[in-house]
Amino acid sequence: MTTQGLFRSALLDPSSDMPVTLTDGAGRPAGRRFSVYRNNVAVGLTEALIDGFPACHALLGDEMFRAMAGAFLRAHPPASPVMARFGEALPEFMDAAPQLSKMRWIGDVARLECALRQSYHAADGTPLSPEDLAAIPPEALGDTRFGLVPSVRVLLSDWPVLSIRRRALDPAAPQAQPGAEDVLILRPVYDPEPHLMTRGDLPFVESLRRGATLAEAAASAGDDYDPTRLLTLLMQSHALTAPES
Amino acid sequence: MTHAFLPAGAGVGYKPRHYAEIMSDPGPVRWLEIHAENYMGDGGRPIAQLRHLSERFPVSVHGVGLSIGGEGRLDPDHLARLKHLCDWLNPASFSEHLAWSTHDGAFLNDLLPLPYTAATLTRVADHIDEVQEVLGRRMLLENPSSYLAFAESEMSETDFLRDIAARTGCGLLLDVNNVFVSATNLGLSARDYVAAFPMDRVGEIHLGGYDEEEDDHGAPLLIDSHGREVADPVWALLDDVLARTGPAPLLIEWDNDVPDWPTLAAEAGRARDALVRAGERAAA
Repeated sequence: MTTQGLFRSALLDPSSDMPVTLTDGAGRPAGRRFSVYRNNVAVGLTEALIDGFPACHALLGDEMFRAMAGAFLRAHPPASPVMARFGEALPEFMDAAPQLSKMRWIGDVARLECALRQSYHAADGTPLSPEDLAAIPPEALGDTRFGLVPSVRVLLSDWPVLSIRRRALDPAAPQAQPGAEDVLILRPVYDPEPHLMTRGDLPFVESLRRGATLAEAAASAGDDYDPTRLLTLLMQSHALTAPES
Repeated sequence: MTHAFLPAGAGVGYKPRHYAEIMSDPGPVRWLEIHAENYMGDGGRPIAQLRHLSERFPVSVHGVGLSIGGEGRLDPDHLARLKHLCDWLNPASFSEHLAWSTHDGAFLNDLLPLPYTAATLTRVADHIDEVQEVLGRRMLLENPSSYLAFAESEMSETDFLRDIAARTGCGLLLDVNNVFVSATNLGLSARDYVAAFPMDRVGEIHLGGYDEEEDDHGAPLLIDSHGREVADPVWALLDDVLARTGPAPLLIEWDNDVPDWPTLAAEAGRARDALVRAGERAAA
């Protein structure tokens, strides 16, 4: 193995030996001096995960999260120096971790945090303005194809994932009740906001994303679906883009 | 507004929590440095803040992830991200480290050391040639903090950096805290290091705080933590450096346990005062 290959192995695996040519400057073995690098790597990457997954950190507690992060970063060291992307494999890793088998929802909380972070860094897009909307004749609205800005994200969960996250970050929030929660993430300006979707919202949003007309999107959501609530939210959250003309 | 050069004044490593205070009253701070890797998203607050800051201040882009000292080739995706950032921002300076951080596709999130040999010299020089060609600009290369040495090293760090600069035409970023940390850790003289450093290549100077630990034999082991004020012996060494370089862009790096703005601005004020003294000495 090359020097840097040995170095890398020894950094990530404390049981593996450090390269023998490392010295303290006076010809003696480097000893714990090597641990400075080992510590920097583990602490730096763990802190990056704590920054990216604050709700998971709160739910697991600091000690358990750090132990889990240590195992994760050895199995999945980051593939790029962009730390805002580090941890995209964390949800699946936590799903499969036997130590977390009593917290089967934790992977979805991590997925929600990934989606929020992606939304935060997404391109800005050009949201539809109230003037743009007013310029569309009412009789033409049904045939209009609005788009969605790039920061919109959707997360589907079999767990009350949004309620669990809220409670993790705010102990005063209500306790999560059993049940599935589907989440729509919108970014009005810079801070992503997660919203609970109700029945019909998902096909409506996905239809808009695919380029359907407003009437087609409403029809996809079911006969009794009233899109007014969601359309208002999308408009207020600067999530719609102007129709292509 | 495009700033072609960093001014020979005090700068700070930019932290988003200080945004409003910097924009309303930067105090002694005349320029800002950002870590390139924090501004590689597609949009949102980080990019918007950087755009606003760059309209008021000269900005230095400081990379921490290119792995210029790596055994493998430079990551073309990462180089493309850097190029994209430098193209739209057109920063006053771009710098990176004499270190490696990626091996075999794994980014280790630390600035790792390399031996100073003919082979590593060629490799680093080739990587710098590639960076300067892709970015279309001259870069600065920063001296590292060392906690250990390599038995196979054939030359001093200052000779290595001088040869790299001569081969590639790159400039150098002299981190005075790193000089003090490395010299203490390896039992060398910081003043000899400064005397041997190719000062005509220096385009920027860094200062930061260190933590104190001990090695296996009870010898001092300084850690380049960037988590506190600059230590007194480093300020003294800075005067020695400025006597050779004259006033130069001088940065306070405080990346961990980030203080409130008045504390960071006061540290930048100390840097500004050191530059003023150096200017007065040069004029005398």
